[in-house]
Amino acid sequence: MDFLVFQVPMLTVQALLDGLLLGILFALIAYGMALQWGVMNIINIAQGDLVILGGYIAYFMYLYGIHPGWGVIVSPIIMYFVGIGIYKLVINKVVDRDLFISILATFGISILFMQLMNFAFGADVVLANSGYGTTMLFNNSVTLPNSKIFSAVVSIVFAVGLVIYMKRSKLGRAIRATAQNARAAKILGVDTEKVYAATFGINAALCGVAGALISITFTIHPYMGLPYTIRSFMIVIVAGLGNLPGVALSGMGLGIFEEFADYILGTEFRIGSVFLLLVIILVYRRFKLSRKREYLK
Amino acid sequence: MKIRNILITFFSAIAILFSTSVVSLAKVVGDKIILGAAISLTGKYSSNGVHTQNGYNMAVDRINSMGGIKVGGKTYKFDIIYYDDESNPKRAAQLAERLISQDGVEFMLGPYSSGLTKAIAPVTEKYGVPMVEANGASRSLFTKGYKYLFAVLAPANLYLDVAIETAVELNGGKGVRIAQAFEQDAFSQDVRLGILDAAERTGSEIVIDDKLPKELNDMAATLAKVKAVKPDVLVVSGHTKGALTAIRQIAEMKVDVPMLAMTHCDAAKLSKQHGKNSQYALCASQWHKTLTYKDDFFKDGMTYAADFEKEFGYDPPYQSAESSAALLVFKDAFERANSFDQKKVRDALAATNMQTFYGNIKFAPGGQNVDKPMVLFQVMCDDAGKCENKVVAPLKWASAELIHPIPKWSER
Repeated sequence: MDFLVFQVPMLTVQALLDGLLLGILFALIAYGMALQWGVMNIINIAQGDLVILGGYIAYFMYLYGIHPGWGVIVSPIIMYFVGIGIYKLVINKVVDRDLFISILATFGISILFMQLMNFAFGADVVLANSGYGTTMLFNNSVTLPNSKIFSAVVSIVFAVGLVIYMKRSKLGRAIRATAQNARAAKILGVDTEKVYAATFGINAALCGVAGALISITFTIHPYMGLPYTIRSFMIVIVAGLGNLPGVALSGMGLGIFEEFADYILGTEFRIGSVFLLLVIILVYRRFKLSRKREYLK
Repeated sequence: MKIRNILITFFSAIAILFSTSVVSLAKVVGDKIILGAAISLTGKYSSNGVHTQNGYNMAVDRINSMGGIKVGGKTYKFDIIYYDDESNPKRAAQLAERLISQDGVEFMLGPYSSGLTKAIAPVTEKYGVPMVEANGASRSLFTKGYKYLFAVLAPANLYLDVAIETAVELNGGKGVRIAQAFEQDAFSQDVRLGILDAAERTGSEIVIDDKLPKELNDMAATLAKVKAVKPDVLVVSGHTKGALTAIRQIAEMKVDVPMLAMTHCDAAKLSKQHGKNSQYALCASQWHKTLTYKDDFFKDGMTYAADFEKEFGYDPPYQSAESSAALLVFKDAFERANSFDQKKVRDALAATNMQTFYGNIKFAPGGQNVDKPMVLFQVMCDDAGKCENKVVAPLKWASAELIHPIPKWSER
């Protein structure tokens, strides 16, 4: 236990800001998970692997001399089609089944993706340099990498854009109707098959954005996906499926929690503390993986 | 229906088992000395696994083309059976069993990483199979009393020892304040023990002692503490991701520290991935191509590097060089033993005292190489942003002068 973070006020500020920016990025990944969980009742264990795949897209752009910042545009477009592909191949066969089957199926996809990425891209840890520089606050005692600020801003833009899209567009309305009651929506003429595919595609696209952002703020590696799955799972069960402001808040909360756990318990307990928190919350809420589809607001 | 499926699975399993075990190779077939190796060709160690394999292959070709190995008046050539251990210790141990009991291999080369070497060593020891390994540096490998394990590299606790001593020397012999962050794995924790020893010896003080998780990609908290505490030396060891993450975040957070010492810089291709941001980092290395050791097969480091690049298309990391050296050691031992008797070869290995392009090799009773110090290189960049690793310590091999203290970010 180390309480240096509270003894030096600037460290407290640093931890808060770092956690906040990180949390916004987590919230974006969690939002994708909440969306497809709500609509399709599928817990996607491969969420983190989709994120990493998105990161590799930005990384390869960087390798070929394109600024990795453009990854936030290119990566979601490619990932959308990857998502549709996964849906057509696997997910559409498990979408109406038991939750357990879907967890198994996505777990399989996760392993497959890890191995394929390792095979295709190699086991090296890689990153893309954005060259965005650093913002210094309080006379250089608090530093914020601009890449983290960029990540947070892009995440917010995509999240807000998606909310508006869900409210205004025809597909958005169809998605919400399917989430509310798939059978009724089908009877009323909504092509639920298409809606499911689009939802999974949108989720993969959000993962693509997040992955591109992670490649310029942190590092990527074929086996680094799981922590992102766990974090988004955790954010979603804290916030509830239909609760977007809740997802944003619990994302930021998790980011700050992680950052302080890092300072106080040590970096080695960072992910551990997330798991611990997950267990505590599950026990506290006596969370049952409800088969009831919640209404996505 | 179900029973039929089970039967089919059962019999096909047996068929597969037989089809692979029918061809049993002995230790020496015709004019070939067959060595066995489990290497990580897939999984998380695959890049370093490939470096290891390339190093082995390079040496096999070279030794074979330069006359092979002379034992009992006859000339033999090396051949290696490789299996992919998938970066998995359990699999590595199984494959070692298979190499020895099914393929009849009587001499082994090591896998990549301390963890996998630890998994294989008990197996080779059980069968009395001499193993020369080049990629397991963990100190715990050499304290178990293994009789058949020989490592051409210096043990992990010596990796950054030199850095602390240099820092103390530059501080006028007074102890320094050390901040350190190490991953939670056998290798990095051994490096940490080495630092603790060095700190005690020199009267230095450890002011930050952080542990890093294996899924590390953010060490902002550690670095923020470093900024607040202002140590004289920052030591980071967490394989390639540790090196990459540290450099990225040190640059982003503008962390000023007079000395930054790390491991795995060349495996992480630091200067390529981070360019000028990696400048001034001090890196521990088993080998560097500019060292002036010599042998008859590869001549010296520079020639080795050039030949390696011609063959495989990249500059050899030390993982490849040390792997090549392992074969030179085997050749030397076979010729001195003048026999393929495992015990005699083992004794010859234990008595090894030679120089290779990679360094001097002489084994302590524990099996580690005690005749080859670690070197430290510093990443140095020119104005155009082209970076190079230059050896700065020990002074005997230094090709450039250590830049100390590291200039502040505001002055760069």
